[in-house]
Amino acid sequence: MIENWPILSFVTFLPLIGVLFLFLIRGDEETVARNSRSVALLFTIGTFLVSLLLWTNFDNTTADFQFVEERAWLLGGINYRMGVDGISLLFVILTTFLMPICILASWKAITNRVRDYMIAFLMLETLMIGVFCAQDLVLFYLFFEAGLIPMYLIIGVWGGARKVYASYKFFLYTLLGSVLMLLAMIAMYLETGTTSIPELLAYDFDPGLQTWLWLAFFASFAVKMPMWPVHTWLPDAHVEAPTAGSVILAGVLLKMGGYGFLRFSIPMFPVASDYFTPLVFGMSAIAVIYTSLVALRQEDMKKLIAYSSVAHMGFVTIGLFAFNQQGIEGSIFQMLSHGIVSGALFLCVGVVYDRMHTREIARYGGLVNRMPAYALVFMIFTMASVGLPGTSGFVGELLVLLGAFEASTLIAALAATGLILGAAYMLYLYRAVVFGELDKEDLKDILDLEKREVIIFVPLIAVVMWMGIYPEPFLDVLHVSVENLMTNFEADLANYHGTVTTMIAEGAE
Amino acid sequence: MESLASAIVELILAVGAMALLMVGVFSGSSAFKTVSLLSIGVLVIAILGAATLPTSTVVTYGGLFVVDGFAAFNKILILLGSALALVMSIDYLRKENLARFEFAILVLLATLGMTMMVSANNLIALYLGIELQSLALYVLAAINRDSSKATEAGLKYFVLGALSSGMLLYGSSLIYGFSGSLEFSDIMAAAAASDDTSFGLLFGLVFLLAGLAFKISAAPFHMWTPDVYEGAPTPVTAFFAGAPKVAAMALLIRVLFDAIPGLMNDWQQIIIFLAMASMAVGAFFALVQTNIKRLMAFSSISHVGFALIGLSSADQAGVGSVLIYLSIYLVMNIGTFALILSMRRKEGMAEDISDLAGLGRTRPAMALYLAVFLFSLAGIPPLAGFFGKFFVLMQAINAGHITLAIFGVIMSVIGAFYYLRIFKIMYFDAPVAEFDVGPSRALNIVSSATAVLVVAYALWPTLLNNAAMAAAGTLF
Repeated sequence: MIENWPILSFVTFLPLIGVLFLFLIRGDEETVARNSRSVALLFTIGTFLVSLLLWTNFDNTTADFQFVEERAWLLGGINYRMGVDGISLLFVILTTFLMPICILASWKAITNRVRDYMIAFLMLETLMIGVFCAQDLVLFYLFFEAGLIPMYLIIGVWGGARKVYASYKFFLYTLLGSVLMLLAMIAMYLETGTTSIPELLAYDFDPGLQTWLWLAFFASFAVKMPMWPVHTWLPDAHVEAPTAGSVILAGVLLKMGGYGFLRFSIPMFPVASDYFTPLVFGMSAIAVIYTSLVALRQEDMKKLIAYSSVAHMGFVTIGLFAFNQQGIEGSIFQMLSHGIVSGALFLCVGVVYDRMHTREIARYGGLVNRMPAYALVFMIFTMASVGLPGTSGFVGELLVLLGAFEASTLIAALAATGLILGAAYMLYLYRAVVFGELDKEDLKDILDLEKREVIIFVPLIAVVMWMGIYPEPFLDVLHVSVENLMTNFEADLANYHGTVTTMIAEGAE
Repeated sequence: MESLASAIVELILAVGAMALLMVGVFSGSSAFKTVSLLSIGVLVIAILGAATLPTSTVVTYGGLFVVDGFAAFNKILILLGSALALVMSIDYLRKENLARFEFAILVLLATLGMTMMVSANNLIALYLGIELQSLALYVLAAINRDSSKATEAGLKYFVLGALSSGMLLYGSSLIYGFSGSLEFSDIMAAAAASDDTSFGLLFGLVFLLAGLAFKISAAPFHMWTPDVYEGAPTPVTAFFAGAPKVAAMALLIRVLFDAIPGLMNDWQQIIIFLAMASMAVGAFFALVQTNIKRLMAFSSISHVGFALIGLSSADQAGVGSVLIYLSIYLVMNIGTFALILSMRRKEGMAEDISDLAGLGRTRPAMALYLAVFLFSLAGIPPLAGFFGKFFVLMQAINAGHITLAIFGVIMSVIGAFYYLRIFKIMYFDAPVAEFDVGPSRALNIVSSATAVLVVAYALWPTLLNNAAMAAAGTLF
């Protein structure tokens, strides 16, 4: 039955139906706020449950796009096309999984214009799912870019002291990156006459053109990822965004960059990807080491985690451009794991921020005495972020390192250095906040996790452990799609080198 | 008979305007509302008339007048723009003590000039249309004769408009001198006849294009725009920013493709320069504006620049993309001005951007609509403004003008900054004095309907796209 049902459109636009409901709520401010929260929670949970149907009905044995929908849309050949494969499916699930948690995390923290807040989040959910499901360039761009509006609102309206600066920076940085990608997309359409992603994946672009297209896409994805040196919008955005905004930003929005590399840059422009690998490796290695060092010196908890995100994303790009099965699977796994772990870390910061209204590390210390449950939760996610075996972080990092080692021992060594630094700053943060003497007066009556917060953290912990101890169900989804990606990539590259060799040989004659 | 049928729109407008003038003159000062409503009626009938126009090319009146799908499309657009501008003006004029029936008549006459412009097939017809339009617009700009700002705007518009008409005439006379004809098809033949383009013809072309650039307010001929937009009464500005732009752009396209397609290599450079200059001026100067009408003036300049990008490819798809762009621009612009007209307090109109502070809280619906238009003007998907930009950029890349396309998108990012600034003021800043006078029902209907159109375009884009492409096809 599920085959004939436009389930992807349904999952994508279900949150938008929630938005309609939110508009209909009437009553005084208190009622509206309460009902808005419930409606948003209901719809995000509903979306999550429906998206699980995707996973259960997904066929692991094929690399083809599944649940495909197609309808005529814009001019010639630019159609409304949806579909998922092994690479995108898990990102969809990640999005729908994090959403209810975000709504719950905002339950009490947001008291001002609750309805608008929930509308922004539900719209954002639709657009994020759309990005991972779109099988058409223009449709992809539409979802990719439109996501800026709700995120800009979330930072700008419900953010901290320097919210205006941060929201502008976020918006304009990302916009500048993506308009160049738009031009590249137009060029691809004019070259091939189609914007269908499956068709473009099969098309062999001229190597000279590939270079330009690759660079234009890179401008967008590097900003989104974010890679050093265009990462500076991220710490600002994270620090100023409300907790749930940071969760979504780190959890899903950053993953769009990595997804973009996997969906466009690597399979569509293999020659250029191969050519630019040293550039990506260099930028990633700097990101891993430099931003880790920067993280060590942060005084703001959120900023520290934000910089750690940049470092982790450096890992991801190293894995992606190692061009082997382990590296790419590790990268995807690392993205999923980081989506959950860094989201959870931001939630951990949010817990104490809701109580003390400061994120300054120096203002905390000795929390373990008053908040043992919190200390435990924070510990688990710190360990997952460091990559302790048994947590999700370990699997991803191990696979990435394996892949990187195959590609280049130097880059593997640099990446491993980042791991050590990562452990250093995370343990520093944990020690400074949780351990030590409880000597700050206002911390002496701080309360431990309440029931709502426990409900938020339990699923996160469960998933982190599940991914760490038994990652097979996740990797199974990936295997065939990644294998297919690598086969095509190597074939294209071999083909190209073959042509070049023949040309040289002919030239020599 | 055929010639009468092909001029049906002009006949309806001319007869309607004269009849209503009589009504106004003989029923005295009480006629304002009757004449305004009847004028809207005349425009609606004219739209119905335009729908009956032949889509194949018909040239009549001794080669002066041409009707084709392109003309019909633009006429409908112009009439729609004029009708909506009139709808929005009634309430304003009454509240500002400007309730004179002449207003609606002048709008009708200006519209008549515009519909003639898009059907011009001869340099004389072109000039007649432009002057009929411009003279009515000069009076409209100064209709609030007790306001020194408005009279200044009117005078400035008149002087600079006269200058541009002079340039246009000078260019026309040169073209006539070197091609031996006023008719577009003869000019085309003359340009094609000689192998190397005559220098005189080229010279005339430059002047002609400069005159037309004045009318579409493309940089560097944009100087009058901000002052006139700011000084004129707001409904007049709303009118200026819509229909006349469409008409002048259609006329420009008509001249470029019907009269001088042979000089394509020469005029393409001019168009690309105008496009880049307009986008840059529009983006940078708008950054420092505090008056929302002035800001909209610069915004319109940058939109004209974007629309011109579509012409850089000089083919059917290019013209089609410009038509799509103009249609979307017209709708966004009318919606935005409907909201600007709703910025009213008991002591009068508010025009500063800072007056919008906290609108998201005091007037959530109004703020939401304005947000939709701002993001659409900035070209953020999924709103209609994005698709307009998308199509013209596609034409630029298709024609190999990569630099132009990159320049365009960078300017659009800079432009996004000032639209975001308004958005920020509405949503992030603390509220100032509320707009305590509710907008009229007409304004509410116009703003909500246009907002729905801007959002819904992404769902049914083919309706507009196919019509625009078909209209563009009749030019080739």
